[in-house]
Amino acid sequence: MAERDVLPLVERRWLRAAVPVLVFAALFLGWEAVVRVYAVPSYILPAPSLVLQTLWDNFGSLMASWWFTIKITFGALLLAVLGGVLLAVLFALSKWVELSLFPLAVVLQVTPIVAIAPLILIFIDSTTAALLLCAWIVAFFPILSNTAVGLRSADLNLRDLFRLYRASPWQTLRFLLVPSAMPYFIAGLKVAGGLSLIGAVVAEFTAGAAGKETGLASRILEASFRTEIPKMFAALLLVSLTGIAIHLLFNLLARLVLGGWHESESRR
Amino acid sequence: MGSPPPLLTLAHLEKRYGAKKGPGTLALQDMLLEVGAHDFVSLLGPSGCGKSTALKMIAGLLPPTAGRIDWPAGAPSADGTGFVFQEPTLMPWATVFDNVWLPLRLQGLARDAARGRIKAALAGVGLEDFAEAMPRELSGGMKMRVSIARALVTRPRLLLMDEPFGALDEITRGRLNDDTLALWGEHGFTAIFVTHSVFEAVYLSRRIVVMAARPGRVLAEISIDEPYPRSADFRHTARYGAWCAEVSEALSVAEAAHG
Repeated sequence: MAERDVLPLVERRWLRAAVPVLVFAALFLGWEAVVRVYAVPSYILPAPSLVLQTLWDNFGSLMASWWFTIKITFGALLLAVLGGVLLAVLFALSKWVELSLFPLAVVLQVTPIVAIAPLILIFIDSTTAALLLCAWIVAFFPILSNTAVGLRSADLNLRDLFRLYRASPWQTLRFLLVPSAMPYFIAGLKVAGGLSLIGAVVAEFTAGAAGKETGLASRILEASFRTEIPKMFAALLLVSLTGIAIHLLFNLLARLVLGGWHESESRR
Repeated sequence: MGSPPPLLTLAHLEKRYGAKKGPGTLALQDMLLEVGAHDFVSLLGPSGCGKSTALKMIAGLLPPTAGRIDWPAGAPSADGTGFVFQEPTLMPWATVFDNVWLPLRLQGLARDAARGRIKAALAGVGLEDFAEAMPRELSGGMKMRVSIARALVTRPRLLLMDEPFGALDEITRGRLNDDTLALWGEHGFTAIFVTHSVFEAVYLSRRIVVMAARPGRVLAEISIDEPYPRSADFRHTARYGAWCAEVSEALSVAEAAHG
């Protein structure tokens, strides 16, 4: 414990950001070196510099695809938040709703999305709607289960206090249950954010959609058919960067919402 | 001058847990108690004697399995009873101000309308400068003071305290005992105080109800005939020592009773 306190706080923060950056830089430099030294052909493993060059050359078309993937990801996440939270509140209000619907949610969760996606694509005409539904199915469960646990985790004495002052169910929900559930909900959101991106990409792979209104997965498929491996890597890089950005975004959100009070965001 | 009606009476109050299957556990048996206006009554006894159970039944948080609680002067309103728990039981996501606001907010009082009363309640426990602090920034004793301010902000007729200072160090505990007495003298509420400390019970109370465990029941009632206001000096008097000896004696009988 004492050793951790040797570095002053500012230095530690700086190091925290610098260390992963250095690791990634070393990784990419090593990759570049291997490709150049052994003259690996670009259709097997393109050098990072070539991947960046390809990204720059195809920036317009890749960005349009990126934007489509972003729309599916955040659209599905938004619907997952709405559906998950609403259902969790219903679970908290009625044991019967929970008993009857929770198994269904579990079935959706444990069935691999790649197995359901073809069916969904058959049943639903609009590809966009089908992709949204696939991504939603993956993102929905962590929000639902975390929020449901969170709503049940309010301090028992505080519950008694609310009963003592004869708080209405609405007041109890608003002033006690929702704030108590917030750390759980945010944890679910962090998981769901990454999952909805994965869901959006996986569903598009299964759909194998072509045309203008398609996302990064279609670019990856397309490039692999044409053995444009550098372009594949460029699209893959965009997917990874998007995933990292989503992760950082929700970490920031967690700090903003919980930083003032919750242990998970305390800085000592 | 006829004596005023008591604030509340417990008539043959009983609580049995798990009574749906078999006889269950008798947590409290046949409790009789009359508590007058501006009384200070301590429920003293070993753990498992039903003192916290009795307090929760008075608060309306637990239904009795038998017996009645009567309110001859009228049942308390939604904000007529304050409760201080063993732990401070503050909302960690809210400031000290918002925590004290809670009972008034639940009665529909807006922040600005409640501001004066919240400030007064915080000043009463010496925390007027900490209104914007978060609970985690406070010491254990300060958190307990916020909890007391919250219980008193509605100006309740009855204050129920469930071993509120058990987790605090001796010095803080003594100070909070003094503050509790000062607030009691100033506000004029009735206090029912659960504790397992003889010294605390003698220092604070007008009456001490000594209870025994398994089954939880009342063994003795001792009136501490000492004038108020009491101060720290009272703790050093021979009379205080004598009272403590008498109550300890009754308590050891209570402890032996279930052995």
